[in-house]
Amino acid sequence: MAARVITVTSGKGGVGKTTTTANIGVALALNGKRVVCLDADIGLRNLDVVLGLENRIVYDVVDVIEGRAKLRQALIKDKRLPDLQLLPASQKRDKSAVKPENLVQLCEEIGIDHDFILIDSAAGIEEGFRTALAPSNEVIIVTNPEVSAVRDADRVIGLVEAAGKGPAKLIVNRLKPELVQRGDMLDTGDVLEILAIDLLGIVPEDESILVSTNRGLPAALDEKSRAGQSFRNIARRLLGEDVPFESFREASGLLQRLARLFSPNGRSA
Amino acid sequence: MLKIDPKQIVIKGIREGLSVTLPADQAWANALAALEARLTAAPAFFKGGRVALMIGPRALSEDDMRQARDLLARHDVTLWAIVSEEADTQRIASMLGLDVIPSAQPQPARAEPRAWEVALEDKPQPPSVSIDEWPDAGLVVRRTLRSGQSLRHPGSIVVIGDVNPGAEIIAGGDIVVWGKLRGTAHAGALGNDDAIVCALDLSPTQLRIGSHIARSPDDRRRKPRPETARVRAGQIIAEPWGGT
Repeated sequence: MAARVITVTSGKGGVGKTTTTANIGVALALNGKRVVCLDADIGLRNLDVVLGLENRIVYDVVDVIEGRAKLRQALIKDKRLPDLQLLPASQKRDKSAVKPENLVQLCEEIGIDHDFILIDSAAGIEEGFRTALAPSNEVIIVTNPEVSAVRDADRVIGLVEAAGKGPAKLIVNRLKPELVQRGDMLDTGDVLEILAIDLLGIVPEDESILVSTNRGLPAALDEKSRAGQSFRNIARRLLGEDVPFESFREASGLLQRLARLFSPNGRSA
Repeated sequence: MLKIDPKQIVIKGIREGLSVTLPADQAWANALAALEARLTAAPAFFKGGRVALMIGPRALSEDDMRQARDLLARHDVTLWAIVSEEADTQRIASMLGLDVIPSAQPQPARAEPRAWEVALEDKPQPPSVSIDEWPDAGLVVRRTLRSGQSLRHPGSIVVIGDVNPGAEIIAGGDIVVWGKLRGTAHAGALGNDDAIVCALDLSPTQLRIGSHIARSPDDRRRKPRPETARVRAGQIIAEPWGGT
């Protein structure tokens, strides 16, 4: 069966593409799938750091494309999870070093004996984004419940559709339930009203992400992390399981709903 | 000196943008002068658009074509194709990197739409109509416009779907959005202050009718309801649907 090649992109930078790519990769590997996480952010690589594998990089994706290394030599196996491998980006070069055709060919080669290829896209909508998009047969858009992130996501969804790679699926990342309840933050419904694509997952803002990035220990490995749990749910949905979406209500009650109704920025009922 | 009548320039909305027909019986310099007059009369309509130029039976030199391209570029319009059946003209156009549309029929053979224009290929094609012959003829589009997409038509435009923030609609005629209008809309963009903009939820970031401009009031608590915007006493006002 052909590998599922999923590009994770967003438009806006800093919304959590790399964290999402790493954690979905981990969660899929925990489910026994053979995963390669591919960092397509040439020149600004981060996926290796988030996965805690930066010390093991010898060759990167540009080395493979330019023939200095075989794919086998560049792929880094995660000792914690044998089913997970990383193909790191180059830190010295830039996006012009990798053309869309290069990545398409590479993913065909990788896809032979893997189940999933997760491509961590660069931010933006120019050539880095287009290159990351080229090999994919599925696209995940990551956004934050915040107006400028949603605006950029909308643009990217339009570009993905125009490139014939749609429809994309959405992950709403860094949701803060307390702010939503106060009416100070968009909720998932507000975001979906504009973006109008299928929801794949909701990930709450979680301190454990910062800690896990600094330690190179993806949150999906941490049973106690709420964000980690969300990523594990996303992986299950990708594998076809019907996992209900998290509601994150601290204490859902009539009082909270009434408070939202009358708050200055809240939507009217 | 021939009097220049901008109406000699026929503008149609086609799938890939606009087609502009130059009068066949004029010297090239006069035809370009008429085109310039038309562009100057309605800059808001043309700015940022893409044009296929129908030059008639002329044989154009490279200089002629460059002149046309530069003239359009000065008005922020991109010349992307020449419509001509003349072999030498076609050759020169290709050399300059322009598409060639061989027949007078304005539908180009291009397969994929460009990312920043709305893809209309899966919808029945609207009749290609000149604004001067049939000012109310409209374009109906059944999709949501996303941020960065733009829709431009010399007649009226109906969108069955939403217009998201960052999307824009520019119509010579009226604009009707059967959905939420949250992007920018410019009705009457060819110089018609009587045009209207209607939407089920009229919340554009910016609204223009003819030469007038307005932005939505900052009242977010307002319940969305169908409204029509029009110019009254020199200002754009929005009225609830049900008024005439």
